[in-house]
Amino acid sequence: MIVSLVKRPEQSQSMVYVSPLIALVFTLIAGIIMFMIMGVDPSEALYAFFVEPLTSSYGWAELGVKATPLILIGVALSIGFRAGVWNIGAEGQLTLGAICGGGIALWLYDVDSFFVLPLMIIFGVLGGMFWAAIPAFLKTRFNANEILTSLMLTYVATLLLSLLVHGPWRDPDGFNFPESRIFSDSATLPVIWSGTSLHLGWVFALAAVAGIWVLMSRTIIGFQIKVVGQAPDAGRHAGFSVNKMVWFVLLLGGGMAGLAGLFEVSGPIGQLLPSISPGYGFTAIIVAFVGRLHPIGVLFAGLLIALSYLGGESAQITMNMPLAVTGVFQGMLLFFLLACDVLIGYRIQWGSSAAASATGSGAVSNEVPNG
Amino acid sequence: MGEVLIAAVLTIITAATPLVYASIGEMISEKAGVLNLGVEGMMLMGAVCGFAAVNATDSSAIGIIVGMLAGSGLSLIFAVLVLGFQATQVATGLALTIFGIGISSLIGQDLVGIAYDGLPKLPIPGLSAIPVAGKLLFNHDILVYGSFVLILVVSWFLRSTRSGLILRAVGDSHDAAHAIGYHVIRIRYMAILFGGAMSGLAGAYLSLSYSPLWIENMSAGRGWIALALVVFATWRPWRVFTGAYLFGGITILQLHAQALGIGVPAQVMSMLPYVATIIVLVLISQDHNKIKLNAPACIGKPFHPTS
Repeated sequence: MIVSLVKRPEQSQSMVYVSPLIALVFTLIAGIIMFMIMGVDPSEALYAFFVEPLTSSYGWAELGVKATPLILIGVALSIGFRAGVWNIGAEGQLTLGAICGGGIALWLYDVDSFFVLPLMIIFGVLGGMFWAAIPAFLKTRFNANEILTSLMLTYVATLLLSLLVHGPWRDPDGFNFPESRIFSDSATLPVIWSGTSLHLGWVFALAAVAGIWVLMSRTIIGFQIKVVGQAPDAGRHAGFSVNKMVWFVLLLGGGMAGLAGLFEVSGPIGQLLPSISPGYGFTAIIVAFVGRLHPIGVLFAGLLIALSYLGGESAQITMNMPLAVTGVFQGMLLFFLLACDVLIGYRIQWGSSAAASATGSGAVSNEVPNG
Repeated sequence: MGEVLIAAVLTIITAATPLVYASIGEMISEKAGVLNLGVEGMMLMGAVCGFAAVNATDSSAIGIIVGMLAGSGLSLIFAVLVLGFQATQVATGLALTIFGIGISSLIGQDLVGIAYDGLPKLPIPGLSAIPVAGKLLFNHDILVYGSFVLILVVSWFLRSTRSGLILRAVGDSHDAAHAIGYHVIRIRYMAILFGGAMSGLAGAYLSLSYSPLWIENMSAGRGWIALALVVFATWRPWRVFTGAYLFGGITILQLHAQALGIGVPAQVMSMLPYVATIIVLVLISQDHNKIKLNAPACIGKPFHPTS
């Protein structure tokens, strides 16, 4: 008895949606095993992770707060992944957004005006776009792999932030701690649910989902992105400029990541610190995939992954569990999802491989950028 | 001055050694047509498991072996997903790194703050007494010597052995290799596991020799630099070696800048390796054909045997 994969004549649409659910089930099972290895009661741990955070209105608000950057970035990255552009430096673009937007907040520290926040938002977006423009330029002009350049720039961005908060932007009254001044009220995001920390960024995240959905399903740009991603040659023959596409998706991803970064520092954090994100820019990659590279999917995936962050914190407090468990959960979810996605293109056949290959056909060819 | 220079060269060697391991491993995997972006995760896994093993057994040999096994253990997940489940290599590699960062800090949470003497130096009798050269070349730990041996063996393997030829065939045209009767999947499994083992060794070198302790995320992007080095080297072992040592040279600027009285903030110096990676990538990628001619033709493409 051998398990073999048989290529489906066409991709299974239902499996596109079922696969994340199967992956989630497997992730939970693997999580139970992990907790047992750690010597923790699995039911207690799973409760602390996935249920307890949602038992209070505080928890629900926090869910929105944590989902905001994930959705903003994830929804933009999913466009890029569809176009075959692998921007994995969103974390750096987020950091630059925080630096540029936060810089405005510090610069206009004494200005009490309605216009401070919009200006910060604009500069946050521009900062992220600028950081993403570098890999875009290097990719289109010099053919340099955007995976590696965007990632290297993440390290540079983190060091830049560290340089600024250790040096020129350090709070003069801050006892030499590497922190900026706490932003003034006019540089702080308004809270949209009083009594909680849910801020205006959540509205932007929902708007981004809607906007990207329209872009992808109703505009020619969205159509071009899909074509170039699925069949680059067809796109070229149709006269779509691949370079323009690279610029577009990278600037979009950078801008959204910058926005997310600005929201972090002017919302939940309220100042510039050496570390402003627990890796939202990287986790957004998982969000994009779990969300099936579709805006609505990303919305739900963002909430799910946000819950894993929240659960990690709650399990740390109530059960003294290390925060790293969150990362392990997220990684496992992506692993299982990628494994389950085989069911979209193939079906499982129990039997000898000879019988299977008789009905099977051609290898899939997923072009992957390189070099 | 002589002393300073020797110290400088020794720093270059220690900074280059993990890069040599990781990028040679990745190069082999890419030669077989598999792009594994999980190097960073596998390095961290090697680092934490190697360190944990030394801590538990007090044997550096066991530490090295465990580090190697941990790296290839993680790469096995990648191999199964990519080869067995036809998952996209880029996404799976990213997942491997994210998972590796998480699981390594989970494993290492009780190891933070524990100190270790570092791998013992193994001076080669006689040779190590030679002035200057003895210190530079013949007074290292086992992993530095190992990296020299590795580069020799790998370049010989790829150039002069039948197995090396088969490996390259699988990476350049899996359909043709399959048609001739080679086991594409099996060969790719071996290449991925080898790559994982080398990344694990690179990590073990970091936690057992480079800075003998465990810190979360201690590889600090070296896995990614290793990936860039493979492109920089246009998939040739000796160029990988040269590239790794060039990067070692940059690291040294970072470490000795203050000693040399260069008044640049530490963060700016720390940016150097990453900026250099970008510059190097740009320089090498500029020539479209150079990459096209040298890159394994099937890199990143999944293979599903049909007959």
